[in-house]
Amino acid sequence: MAAKASKGKPKALDRREVVRMLLDKRGDLLVIAGLGAPAWDATAAVDHPLNFPLWGGMGGAAAIGLGLALAQPDRRVLVLTGDGELLMGMGSLATIGAQRPRNLSVVVLDNERYGETGMQASHTAFGVDLAAAAKACSFVSTKMLTTIDQVGRLRVDIHRADGPLFAQVKVAADKLPLVLPPRDGAHLKDRFREALLGKDAHFQR
Amino acid sequence: MRTHWSQGLHQLFKQQGIRQVSFVPDAGHAALIGLCEADRELRAVRLTTEEEGIALAVGAWLGGDKSVLLMQSSGVGNCINMISMLSACQVPLAMIVTMRGDWAEFNPWQVPMGQATSNVLEEMGVLVTRADREEDILPLAEGALRIAYNTLRPAALLIGQRLLGAKTFDN
Repeated sequence: MAAKASKGKPKALDRREVVRMLLDKRGDLLVIAGLGAPAWDATAAVDHPLNFPLWGGMGGAAAIGLGLALAQPDRRVLVLTGDGELLMGMGSLATIGAQRPRNLSVVVLDNERYGETGMQASHTAFGVDLAAAAKACSFVSTKMLTTIDQVGRLRVDIHRADGPLFAQVKVAADKLPLVLPPRDGAHLKDRFREALLGKDAHFQR
Repeated sequence: MRTHWSQGLHQLFKQQGIRQVSFVPDAGHAALIGLCEADRELRAVRLTTEEEGIALAVGAWLGGDKSVLLMQSSGVGNCINMISMLSACQVPLAMIVTMRGDWAEFNPWQVPMGQATSNVLEEMGVLVTRADREEDILPLAEGALRIAYNTLRPAALLIGQRLLGAKTFDN
């Protein structure tokens, strides 16, 4: 199968460990987590009010990150999403590239699978290079990561580098225990806005 | 010369504290898009497809920015599933939709989506109003913005093709 890792390749990374590292010492980082495994990964690291985990809106994670990054230019915004989720919204790479938000990072946890529907192969299993697509869309920095050492460096870049930054992290296609965030979208939105904007958030109209 | 409705909408956006205006380039919205792009207090965001505008609005609201999505009726079809997020999360958004396929349309492929636009929006829980006279655009747009942001839900104003045909395509 084209999707199978061949011998001699480095062992694919553990997605939960990658996300734990990326969210370590997160400071005031704002996090959007795409539906499915990235939302469970972010929640497994910590269920934080400044996480906005998605239960739907497939293909929308990067564009949500853009709207947030434009609204909060002095804060760093991290979109954590999956390869299938990003593939559904690839046009948003072009939209982000045209806007060039310096404070936005998009990190794709690429297991080359549609994990929630039965681990069917995604396009990245057949050679589609998302980091190259992001580069072609004018992202300032694009990376393909395959080792855990590179993840530590990526964490620093998410907080400091001039973006927009894109990273495709190759992770193992493991089916991990679900760690679910709250399901009520209005609650997730309200707690995020209150943590970011204060109590005044509830009076904005 | 009479003031074009686009200028009124641009001023309305400013009065209502709109910060992000997203769009796919569109003939009916061309003048308004131009005004928004030239305004340094507004962030004009060019989309590749209208559903990005729904997601963008969710992110904008998370960050405290009010936004407006400008699109053509065909774009409404591109947004359907993403609109779920507005309802599920009670995120406000005003959409201004220029109609195709409802009056003197020359392109048969525009008719199916144009005829379905209002129903599709309503089925997804969007409050819909429609302007067929120029003098109605501003008050209805203000109503859509206010009901969206005061009651935390999506609202759309449709601008009829007869009005647009008379005012925009013939220019």
